[in-house]
Amino acid sequence: MNIASIFKGFINRNGWGLGSYLLIAVGFWLIILIILPQLSMLDFSFRHHLPPPEMGGPKDTYTFEHYKFLALGAQGADQSYNVVDLGVFVRTLVAAFFVTILDLLLCYPLAYYLGQASGSGYTRILVLFLIIPYWVNEILRAFAFRIIFGDSGVINEMMMTMGLIDNPIDFIRDNIALYSGLGYAYILLMIFPMYNVIESLDRNQIEAARDMGAPWWRIHWRIVIPYAKPGISSGCTMVFMLSAGALAAPQILGGPSSLWFTQIIYQWFNQGGNWPRGAAYAIVLLTVCIVIVLSAMRLFKVKMGDIGK
Amino acid sequence: MSKGVGVNLQDVWIRFGEFVAVREANVDIEGGAFFSFLGPSGCGKTTILRSVSGFLEPSQGKVLIGGNDMAGIGPNKRPTALIFQNLALFPLMKVWENIAFSLEVQGVGTAARRKRADELLEMIALTGQGDKLPSELSGGQKQRVAIARALCAEPDVLLLDEPLSALDLKLRQHMRTELREIQQRVGITFIYITHDQGEALTMSDHVAVMKAGVIDQIADGQTIYDDPSTAFVASFVGENNVFRGKVKSIDGDSALISTNRSGDLISRIPAGAKGKLAVGDDAMMFIRPEALNIAGTKTPANNHITALVLNEEFEGQTFNVFLEGDGGKEMKMSLVNQGKARQSAKGSSLTLEYAADQAVALPAGELASE
Ligand SMILES: Nc1ncnc2c1ncn2[C@@H]1O[C@H](COP(=O)(O)OP(=O)(O)OP(=O)(O)O)[C@@H](O)[C@H]1O
Ligand SMILES: [Mg+2]
Repeated sequence: MNIASIFKGFINRNGWGLGSYLLIAVGFWLIILIILPQLSMLDFSFRHHLPPPEMGGPKDTYTFEHYKFLALGAQGADQSYNVVDLGVFVRTLVAAFFVTILDLLLCYPLAYYLGQASGSGYTRILVLFLIIPYWVNEILRAFAFRIIFGDSGVINEMMMTMGLIDNPIDFIRDNIALYSGLGYAYILLMIFPMYNVIESLDRNQIEAARDMGAPWWRIHWRIVIPYAKPGISSGCTMVFMLSAGALAAPQILGGPSSLWFTQIIYQWFNQGGNWPRGAAYAIVLLTVCIVIVLSAMRLFKVKMGDIGK
Repeated sequence: MSKGVGVNLQDVWIRFGEFVAVREANVDIEGGAFFSFLGPSGCGKTTILRSVSGFLEPSQGKVLIGGNDMAGIGPNKRPTALIFQNLALFPLMKVWENIAFSLEVQGVGTAARRKRADELLEMIALTGQGDKLPSELSGGQKQRVAIARALCAEPDVLLLDEPLSALDLKLRQHMRTELREIQQRVGITFIYITHDQGEALTMSDHVAVMKAGVIDQIADGQTIYDDPSTAFVASFVGENNVFRGKVKSIDGDSALISTNRSGDLISRIPAGAKGKLAVGDDAMMFIRPEALNIAGTKTPANNHITALVLNEEFEGQTFNVFLEGDGGKEMKMSLVNQGKARQSAKGSSLTLEYAADQAVALPAGELASE
């Protein structure tokens, strides 16, 4: 009854054509594109890794095998925990966290400048400069980074001719190339939510604070940052989630000794052909990321609705 | 009461590119005075105020506060506090934090800040409301919080940019009195900006009337009203009936103007226009609606005007008569209601008279558009 009346109200408000289009589009989006695939992955993660003929057979039962494997490793291994995979997992999350912080520090001043110095033609050009590089696809961008960060890449060459260093720095092995690549890849996702919020901040508030004697850092600390918090958290959430889940950049720019957790997932799906285990690993990554984001939001008193800003 | 800190503008020009927003402003504001800038929208009032508060350096000329040249001194270092046109309260801080923000900047501890904020809250009659957010206050309350926040910094000069414009009429009138009282209590210099002449006249010791970047006249309210020095001031401040014509003769303080439609009319030359009118010049003569009366005798004289009555309007304390006036505009006469039934004269001609010293003759010039 209640749902029916909500439905009727919705159709009345938007008319039959638009109303049913909206319902079908949103329904398709939600159910076919989001809920069903994730549910099937969840289902997969609890199944045994079986050859195709045995699927649906008597051996096809639910199990925690794959989750156990991530935590404890293969049975009979000489360590009681899966040190390798868990190590990669933690390292991935820590690295994603630092990429997020790096992006935040880089982007906040830029977003502030864009948002508050706006009105001039410069800002539009600057925004264009930020957007256009994203027309270049991810693979090309990653390989280009590999080249300029390489032993004989532009950066090493330049520093050597300037006499700053004697031997080339191995940016790839030290993961500097990876962090730069990831940081760069998500800069826009950090800038735009912050820019949107800061742009709507009344300039007079900044001037009022200045009039009362506040130095620039206090103006940011007390006025701009609290106001921009929804944008900051929205940007950080996206950058964190996407860097933790990135695949191309770690594949191409990562050092030989450092795996990204997504690479392990990819290996299970692809080389190992073990989809259930891949699914279990991916679901653990997703769940832990969500828990981290939610706890951070709680810590900084951000409401869920703010993220949408 | 302390003498307060004076503010002087010396030959201040402010340009934005080619555009001149303020032209040759010379203003001397006494310490402890309530000084208003009055002018229509876009005439440069906010711009002048920003040059006093330090957000804008004049392109030319000097701003002195307490006799010190303020060139190169930023807004956070000047002894001024600005109340913004839109108040600019900090929406995410509690009311008391807003009020005590200037103390927070100075590094005063929480308890002392809270105490000072509570004192100020008491002064603005908002005791106990310190823990609310600004969005939980009414318009007039926000207004008072903005004043308290500015006063908390203990400025020598308080700058107010049309702080009452967002309020409804009743509240605005109430806040006028309140502002004036606060000013007299704290005894500091107030520089007040408004486009509302009623506000300027009721509150200020002195008023500067501005038109398109130029200050036309600086005087006390009564002088501005009774002895305007330009046609713009005469038409902008209060209601006025204008008569265009040429100067026919001048005799000391009085001038005979031969008007386009009402014959030769006698009027007074106010102090500010002395020496600026010569025989044969284009002139404008202004008579206030309340200075007009129905003529006792019908003998034509140089203080009689005959015109057709177009409309009449009863307004309680006054009875307004609208007559055919100069240049397509209506001429208005306000008669005090003396409680007697009045006979309508609509559609017929009336002869009006005025006292010669109630009419002012000024050089022809631009009129206020309202
Ligand atoms: N930063 C600026 N750049 C260019 N022109 C400006 C700038 N600030 C103000 N002006 C111009 O200067 C003139 C005066 O502006 P100002 O804000 O001082 O007007 P105002 O008298 O305060 O008007 P209002 O009553 O509407 O607030 C306006 O024509 C405005 O367009
Ligand atoms: Mg203004």
